[in-house]
Amino acid sequence: MPVKEIAGIQVDFDDEGFMTNPDQWTKEVAQALAKEEGIGELTDGHWKVIDFMRNDFKEKGQPPTIRRINKVGGVPTKDLYTLFPKGPAKKAAKIAGLGKPQGCV
Amino acid sequence: MKKILILGAGTAGTIMANKLSQNLNHEEWQITIVDKHETHYYQPGFLFIPFDIYSRNDVVKPKRDYIPTSVEMILSSVEVIEPENNRVKLTDNRILGYDYLILATGSQIKPEETVGLKEGGWYKNIFEFYTPEGAVELQKFLKHWQGGRLVLNIIEMPIKCPVAPLEFLFLADWWFTEKGIRDKVDITFVTPLPGAFTKPRAAQILGSFLEKKNINLVAEYNTGSVDWENNKLVSFDEQEIEYDLLVTIPTNMGSDLIERSGMGDELNFVPTHKHTLQSKKYENVFVIGDATDLPSSKAGSVAHFQADVLMENFLRHIDGLPLLEDFDGHANCFIESGFGKGLLIDFNYDVEPLPGKFPLPGVGPFSLLQETKMNHWGKMMFRWVYWNLLLKGSELPIEAQMNMAGKMR
Ligand SMILES: Cc1cc2nc3c(=O)[nH]c(=O)nc-3n(C[C@H](O)[C@H](O)[C@H](O)COP(=O)(O)OP(=O)(O)OC[C@H]3O[C@@H](n4cnc5c(N)ncnc54)[C@H](O)[C@@H]3O)c2cc1C
Repeated sequence: MPVKEIAGIQVDFDDEGFMTNPDQWTKEVAQALAKEEGIGELTDGHWKVIDFMRNDFKEKGQPPTIRRINKVGGVPTKDLYTLFPKGPAKKAAKIAGLGKPQGCV
Repeated sequence: MKKILILGAGTAGTIMANKLSQNLNHEEWQITIVDKHETHYYQPGFLFIPFDIYSRNDVVKPKRDYIPTSVEMILSSVEVIEPENNRVKLTDNRILGYDYLILATGSQIKPEETVGLKEGGWYKNIFEFYTPEGAVELQKFLKHWQGGRLVLNIIEMPIKCPVAPLEFLFLADWWFTEKGIRDKVDITFVTPLPGAFTKPRAAQILGSFLEKKNINLVAEYNTGSVDWENNKLVSFDEQEIEYDLLVTIPTNMGSDLIERSGMGDELNFVPTHKHTLQSKKYENVFVIGDATDLPSSKAGSVAHFQADVLMENFLRHIDGLPLLEDFDGHANCFIESGFGKGLLIDFNYDVEPLPGKFPLPGVGPFSLLQETKMNHWGKMMFRWVYWNLLLKGSELPIEAQMNMAGKMR
């Protein structure tokens, strides 16, 4: 599994660039990952989504879906697409240091 | 008398009513089942209605004919479940108490979740085929349609019978070819998934079928709204797709009853233990079929496999034994692929659909993920199996747990 140094920390990733150990996550790591994803500086809007996702992950054990971020996290889906263009569920999960959201069957 | 109450007399509830009646002592147990409708629909048959292969009459039977006489059947809508008090309230204010509750209230389409979908274009040039009404309206429309851009879109996952949209596309390709207007119809499949299906091997193989049949694929497209006045889909990130005829798979959600009772997640599906089928919150509540939040397919075959596990666990629970973690997510689905052929997929939580052979004692092997006439025959036979074996809780020659025999990695 690839290991990369980000913001002074050794971080483990899977082959698709999702962190495999949520404990290695820091706000600085998130910011660095956001830059890699082409999102740039994280704003309050981004942090609201990331904080919700991390808290929800702790409770549920899986990254929340777009619908859940909307309904439970209170972020309108349209805003989510503006904040994390092209596949916000995946992108935001990546930056929040969570695993890849599981596809459904 | 102890009371076991089943809510929903669709596929899963009907199977459980039959199994419980076969396995419980009628002196000790009162079994009751409640549903708001008296007609049982064979939902897999909805797929064939738009193409005039089945009519509405081919997919309906009275629910009561499939409920054993030893089971009390109540025709009423359920207003609310009060799991803390072990009782439910019907819409006519009747109260039913229970010792055990089985939730089998299924899933339904919710087109009103998408802006513009169920508005001016609804049943004019926007259709669905997940309800009998929608399937019949679409049949009437297709009969006279001269061609144009046909777009089929999935609004969001999960949906019941995730292969049904693909089957619709394959049948559409066949139907327009038969009518001699295939060259006048441009067919496009629009999906939020990264490919043709949820799992990689099947997505690749089914994707190549789309290509072969000249069906365009737009993947990772999340429909935000429908601009029905200008006949186009608009995604959350402002990409537009124009259509002349839109066949949509709207958002699927659990019953409103689950929401009213505060028992569901954001899609009104009930949090359920993945391997035992017990509710995550209430020890005396079990959940089966499309009503669960499990990452298994929402399909009739899955409800059948779940019923075996649920029956066993119910008997263990009343005897104070620990529950078995026996449900493995097993699904077995025929995929109609047009021109009298079909495919078959067989998979579970851990093993994605793989190619190979599927042995079936007494009938012979079916081919997995390959187009054969025999698979088409299997698909058409499924209606008979459904009414005569599956609903009655009879043994089928397929084990509840998936088997690797014949599959190729
Ligand atoms: C187009 C289409 C094609 C399909 N193809 C296949 C296929 O090829 N193979 C396959 O295996 N499966 C297929 N399926 C899926 C299959 O039909 C379902 O997965 C199955 O019917 C689910 O059974 P269920 O008992 O969970 O839900 P349902 O059979 O939908 O039953 C739910 C019941 O609950 C009742 N109910 C809900 N709320 C209330 C309330 N408040 N009060 C009273 N009653 C209530 C409803 O009236 C309904 O009767 C298909 C489905 C569709 C739509």
